[in-house]
Amino acid sequence: MLEIRNLEAAYGDIRVLAGVTLTVGPGEIVALLGPNGAGKSTLLNSIAGLLRPRAGAVTFEGEDLGRLHAHLIVDRGVALVPEGRRLFGGMTVEENLELGAFANRARATKAAGLQRVFALFPDLRERRRQLVRALSGGQQQMVAVGRALMTNPKLLMLDEPSLGIAPRLVRDIMDALAEINRGGVAVFLVEQNVQAALGLAHRAYVLESGRIALQGPAVELQRDPHVRRAYLGPLAVRE
Amino acid sequence: MLAQQLLLGLLIGGLYGLAAAGLSLVFGVLKVLDVAHGELIMLGGYMAFFVVALVGLDPFVSLVLVIPLSLLLGVALYWGLFGFVVRADEETRVKNSLLIGFGLALALHALAVRLWTADERSIITPYGGTVISVGGLSIPVVRLVSLAIAFALIGGLHLLLARWRWGKAIRATAEDWQAALLTGIDVRRAYLLAFAIGTALAGAAGTLVTIGYSVSPSIGLEWTLKALIVVVLAGLGSMIGTFVGGLLLGVAEAASAATFGGAYREVVGLVIFVVVLVVRPRGLFGR
Repeated sequence: MLEIRNLEAAYGDIRVLAGVTLTVGPGEIVALLGPNGAGKSTLLNSIAGLLRPRAGAVTFEGEDLGRLHAHLIVDRGVALVPEGRRLFGGMTVEENLELGAFANRARATKAAGLQRVFALFPDLRERRRQLVRALSGGQQQMVAVGRALMTNPKLLMLDEPSLGIAPRLVRDIMDALAEINRGGVAVFLVEQNVQAALGLAHRAYVLESGRIALQGPAVELQRDPHVRRAYLGPLAVRE
Repeated sequence: MLAQQLLLGLLIGGLYGLAAAGLSLVFGVLKVLDVAHGELIMLGGYMAFFVVALVGLDPFVSLVLVIPLSLLLGVALYWGLFGFVVRADEETRVKNSLLIGFGLALALHALAVRLWTADERSIITPYGGTVISVGGLSIPVVRLVSLAIAFALIGGLHLLLARWRWGKAIRATAEDWQAALLTGIDVRRAYLLAFAIGTALAGAAGTLVTIGYSVSPSIGLEWTLKALIVVVLAGLGSMIGTFVGGLLLGVAEAASAATFGGAYREVVGLVIFVVVLVVRPRGLFGR
């Protein structure tokens, strides 16, 4: 469904992605792991059209996304929950969610989408009239996931959804992603919380210094010595 | 006597608020500082003058032509000039827009002198001299109606931004344009709409200025300054707040002129400008 071939991206003279090739199939959950500065966010922003790649191709269902403006990529069914959530803090929960349904593909399904989000995150239904700014980090993350879901995506991409969130809520978010995926939405997840990510994903890629260093089924990567040493910490190795 | 002066200050303050609303909208959404905003007000004033003179409409009714014409002018200016500025990153936008704005201001000023001479003009209405007396205060009807119209326009703008689909898109773009893109909003179109609406507000302000006071090619800079002071005083993000900021500036100017003499009318605005920037940079109602 999503195919990335030899993607290169740079900020000025600093090359961040040095030829990345990966795929996400329909209905899959794919995790992208890697240390800070490996280029994970750059990769997601390039797919979403916030950043123009220097070389390589991003195609979605056979269409070249590199030719599209970011708002049209959303309209093709590719949604991104950006790092740091990037909500509209001066607006209510409901206004944020409704803005998610701005694109043409989502306008008709707005009411159904809202019910779907409230079913997934019941907390938000009670807080629908509250300003987003007044919510906790975890609740804000739920709004961010909900806003992306409102675009009625075929592929949902998330950039570090567990960042700065209480562990119990991380679990809620991961459960919600599994539930969203059961509804037929492919998920592409960038995560520092490697344990949570590999627990959820079907497949995973490890990105290091702008290149794919490892890839495979999530269960295999959980057993991989390099992944255990670098990302799961000494405790995991001793286990 | 003092009360009378404060009242007149309040009445012109409504126009300050209207003038500032357009500037605030454009700056808040596009992150572009349009220093030619006062010249757009001046153009609106001439549009009203000629609509009244040639079509023979009532001066206030001329707004129904001036506002759409200004809207179109805004679209043309965006396509011709400011649409290129917003492609740069935010810091560059402000710098480039200052240069383009000054250039545009000079060009429009020169054009106005060439077309319409440097003479001051105002619109004479049959009811222009009518005054209502309330408890010793005399209220010029024309200026009172202007204040009411300014308030109605700001209220309408507020509703537009709160309820309209693209109004919400404009607010979202003002808060975080990248996040707005990710919700599927065509940010460039939000920019275009905000700029066109800002120009339409300038046109409306120019009309009211010409009815209640007068217009000449050189009024632009003064109105840009007033609008800028009000934007700094009120802060970004609330149109009602901007209107209140305009009223405050009008009253403060009147109080300053009454206390220290007419020469100090302009000083208080600049003092407010500096004090707000030092003490509360986000303004009274800013987010």
